[in-house]
Amino acid sequence: MSGERPRPRLAVFKFASCDGCQLQLLNLEHELLALAERFEIAHFLEASSRTQDGPYDVALVEGSITTPADVQRIRQVREQATTLVTIGACATSGGIQHLRNQADVEDWKRQVYPRPEWIETLATSTPISEHVRVDHEIQGCPVNGDQVLRVLTRALLGAAPDLPGASVCMECKRQGNVCIVVARGLPCMGPVTRAGCGALCPSLGRDCYACFGPSEDPNPDALARGLRALGLSSRDVARRFRGINGHRRPFRALADRLEGRDG
Amino acid sequence: MPEPTQRLWLERSRLQQLLDSLGERGFEVHGPVVRDGALVLAPVRAVEELAVGWRESQAPGRYRIEQSGSERVFDVVNGPGSLKPFVFAAREPLIRVEMDGPGGGFRAHATLPEERAVAVVGVRACDLAALAVQDRVFLHDRYPDPYYAARRRGLFLVAVSCTRSASTCFCTSLDTGPEATTGFDVALSELEGGFVARAGSPAGEDLLAELALPEAPAETCVAERRALDACAEAMPRKLDPSDLPELLYDNLDHPRWDDVAERCLSCGNCTQVCPTCFCHDERDEPSLDSGHSLRVREWDSCFSLEHSYLHGMQVRSRIRDRYRQWLMHKLATWIDQFGSSGCVGCGRCISWCPVGIDLTQEVAALRERSA
Repeated sequence: MSGERPRPRLAVFKFASCDGCQLQLLNLEHELLALAERFEIAHFLEASSRTQDGPYDVALVEGSITTPADVQRIRQVREQATTLVTIGACATSGGIQHLRNQADVEDWKRQVYPRPEWIETLATSTPISEHVRVDHEIQGCPVNGDQVLRVLTRALLGAAPDLPGASVCMECKRQGNVCIVVARGLPCMGPVTRAGCGALCPSLGRDCYACFGPSEDPNPDALARGLRALGLSSRDVARRFRGINGHRRPFRALADRLEGRDG
Repeated sequence: MPEPTQRLWLERSRLQQLLDSLGERGFEVHGPVVRDGALVLAPVRAVEELAVGWRESQAPGRYRIEQSGSERVFDVVNGPGSLKPFVFAAREPLIRVEMDGPGGGFRAHATLPEERAVAVVGVRACDLAALAVQDRVFLHDRYPDPYYAARRRGLFLVAVSCTRSASTCFCTSLDTGPEATTGFDVALSELEGGFVARAGSPAGEDLLAELALPEAPAETCVAERRALDACAEAMPRKLDPSDLPELLYDNLDHPRWDDVAERCLSCGNCTQVCPTCFCHDERDEPSLDSGHSLRVREWDSCFSLEHSYLHGMQVRSRIRDRYRQWLMHKLATWIDQFGSSGCVGCGRCISWCPVGIDLTQEVAALRERSA
């Protein structure tokens, strides 16, 4: 490689998460060698225990911020990264662990742990963007590995990501699926959910549960009325929005209103 | 050789022969089948695979299909799919760019689709009208679209005139149906025991000649006329086009746009099922090793924010703006642009809107309060 320009340095970091998004990257088996040729993979604990210090050209960040230590560490990551890309629902919206944001965390600690005083945790689980500047977000639980690859490929060319922001319905229709809301009355979240999964659940006859988070400009109120018309209770509708991406503003605002928390 | 307008009689038991003849002529035959709770156009070989004895009910935001016990083959008016994907692919590569190595140039070549002979059986008059609209957009302009043209050339259309309408249909308002009058190779009307068949092209004449069908008796032709007229008269939904496009041009700030924006999901379903909506996105998909790149075209929608992003700004940032853009284009600016309405009255945008927004009602509301 002598004489060539050094490869951009890639790092992958993890906060409160299940590692599933990092696994999506590792699952890109046919692309991993090419990826390792184009990037110097400097820090990726899920793949190798050998790590190198920063700075990094691109940092992929998985997971949400749930402890005082996380708050410090994400700042260090930010300082070392030229481009910081958050990957997955935890990093982009706080993840399913955001449910604690509505609860008494001290009470939960006492119920779950025999020595709750050893648990150092924040009262909230929040997305990375609430703590440091984020350059790009890749939504999904887990992310679509191909989308991560597209973002990295474009980063090599100095181009911004071009991920879709429209609804899952767009992908669903392009695949020729019959709409499960209209034909079967299922409470599908597709109309407010961001495309990117390939309409995975509706293609298999299951209603979307919004694991890719809100689309670019959703109308949750209109969908909530639609779900009520399909027979869901107000509480069930709130729960549909309170899922993995429930901390994301348009979903949270709707669920708060339905549960009377917006006062 | 029968005259093009001659009406022939095809007994229901001989419909299989028509499918077989198409197959023998090298066509991949597609027809209306029931799948996942709706009518879809899918490859078929046998009449039994078609939606025989099924009937659907449609309403804004609702579609249900059930068996009626009838022997009729084409009682289901339509499903979400039209002819659109047969000619304008939902996603297709346009060009592939190959790099000649470091420091070298690049070569680009078109990735035209392989030409295939495809016969679609059961095409409705509204969808023929929609195809004519798409032909106008993609073919009859200064820059014909070779991808569309390649698919269009291979298409053989067996139309079925409607003797039954869905509650969401309003083709009579736009004069596109229920009878197939032009743009087909063969047209059928389903009656008791069989079909009145007529050719609409030399290829259609040739096919019907091979089947050596008898002439349709005069009383059968009368029954056909009566069935088609009855369908037209029974059509419950109306879209009054008499004051279009001015009605829309005169009401750009009508409060109804805010009203519909509260209900609209901006999900894009209406545009995806619309048989004339042609908006698309083109994006480059470079390979990780920078050795090649693919330019891909896929269906987009005026309801997506990206679609109205122009040199650094969002020109239609609110749902209100996007819904208005869609309706305005479909019913008003389309007329200025292409000389015809962009709406053919198939009603798909009404049935397949997850929250049941009905454009005929929206237009009526604009008219009501603007008077």
